[in-house]
Amino acid sequence: MGKPVAAWLTKPVAAAIVLFARAITAVRAIWAESGVPSERCVYFANHSSNGDFILIWAVLPPRLRQRTRPVAGADYWLKSRLKSFIGRDVFNAVLIERVREARTEDPVEQMAAAIDAGCSLILFPEGTRNLTEAPLQPFKSGLFHLAKMRPDIDLVPVWINNLNRVMPKGEFVPIPLICTVTFGNALRIGADEEKADFLVRAQAALLALSPKQMGNSE
Amino acid sequence: MSAASSDLIHLILGILGVLLVASVIGYVLQRRLSPDGSNAAIENLNARIKAWWVMVILIGIAFLAGRAGVILLFAFCSFAALREFITLTNTRRADHWALAAAFFVALPLQYYLLWAEQYGIYSIFIPVYAFLFMPIIAVLRGDTERFLIRIAEVQWALMICVFCASHVPALLTLHIPGYEGRNVLLIAFLVIVVQLSDVLQYVWGKLFGRHKIAPKLSPSKTVEGFVGGVASATLIGAALWWITPFTPLQAGLLAFVITLMGFFGGLVMSAIKRDRGVKDWGHLIEGHGGLIDRLDSVVFSAPIFFHLVRYWWSLS
Repeated sequence: MGKPVAAWLTKPVAAAIVLFARAITAVRAIWAESGVPSERCVYFANHSSNGDFILIWAVLPPRLRQRTRPVAGADYWLKSRLKSFIGRDVFNAVLIERVREARTEDPVEQMAAAIDAGCSLILFPEGTRNLTEAPLQPFKSGLFHLAKMRPDIDLVPVWINNLNRVMPKGEFVPIPLICTVTFGNALRIGADEEKADFLVRAQAALLALSPKQMGNSE
Repeated sequence: MSAASSDLIHLILGILGVLLVASVIGYVLQRRLSPDGSNAAIENLNARIKAWWVMVILIGIAFLAGRAGVILLFAFCSFAALREFITLTNTRRADHWALAAAFFVALPLQYYLLWAEQYGIYSIFIPVYAFLFMPIIAVLRGDTERFLIRIAEVQWALMICVFCASHVPALLTLHIPGYEGRNVLLIAFLVIVVQLSDVLQYVWGKLFGRHKIAPKLSPSKTVEGFVGGVASATLIGAALWWITPFTPLQAGLLAFVITLMGFFGGLVMSAIKRDRGVKDWGHLIEGHGGLIDRLDSVVFSAPIFFHLVRYWWSLS
């Protein structure tokens, strides 16, 4: 990897990306009854596009946004200089190694460390982009282990709607369509909740936020 | 200052005056009847009035900026409307290039042709060229599922949001003897009559509405609102003859046609919303819903108004 790109570039680039995302999607947040989360928390969202965390980022109030870091796959985001600039420098992602054999650090500990440092996280528990017909893929266990390690942290489900139609996999021209980001009420892990039960509960909480069909999209 | 811009400034000041009165009424109503913000109708009314301020100021700036300002404003409106429309349609992966072409080729090209005043091509570009090329682009992907529906929806989205909407700024291209340099006032006439007709239908309906006119389509539209709104907007149109090339009688007749088209445009767009199971087209304008919710009546009346004026008054 090359040397880091100038630091002064990161803020304008972040602002430009958010502005572009807004111009294309007119994204709008729908907050839970409990309102905008005030403290640090873990947002966990459905994953259908590389732009997912940008939309969540775009709708968060700036004071929350500054301390919110997406969790992303190092294998993908360190692949090229541009990607690592955007992923690591601009969005300050917590880059975790998804391939077990290539790991030098434990991803759950990396996430816990970021939380301890006062940051919120954006996590995609499906692990990878959902290209199936199902609304959600089974959750990987990372969310569970993180919740176990930091049981006091709020877990906020976030449903991102329509972004998969804006930029389907393999396309590079985005179609302007209105997107919404729906925040649900926070949940926490039970003291002795089993992994399978917890993941099913978290998944159901996220799925409950998905809107009834708007356009009959795929 | 030319006569056109002084008329325009009078008009804008008049509208701002109307808005000021509306704001005062809204404020008094809120203080009297909904001090804690509990009356949804009054809160919505005030949100609408506020949004009207923003819209009038934006349109006023565009008008004062001249041709480029007006064309850019409506190009943006077309973009936002098309985005709302396509969001509610049955697109599939295979439509990707057709949709990209609609947004990034057809829309800018239509407005460019308008800018270049190429009437011969802009009046058929979408109904003929886009009509044939959209399905060609879509069919190349080989996906036949709901093909007719998908194609029809994209085509209609383009017709409504781009073709029809672009006929508002198209009024600038007309050459009417004795009316040179004043065409922007024709746009003002159209927009004021259509929007006042909507507002007045709402007001008459709220005050005297008893009989629903199309309960399946729009629960808020009543016979009383329709008759009162159309009649009063027609009179206002006639009273605005001085900004147009028409006599008061002609201005009133055209205003009557505009309000009728606007009313039925609202019904048609409302039917689409019911079909798609949504209440509003979007959320762009506080209190009004999406841009199409505000533009639906303009979109239906603009091409008819344009062609009536072109046929009887214009040389080009």
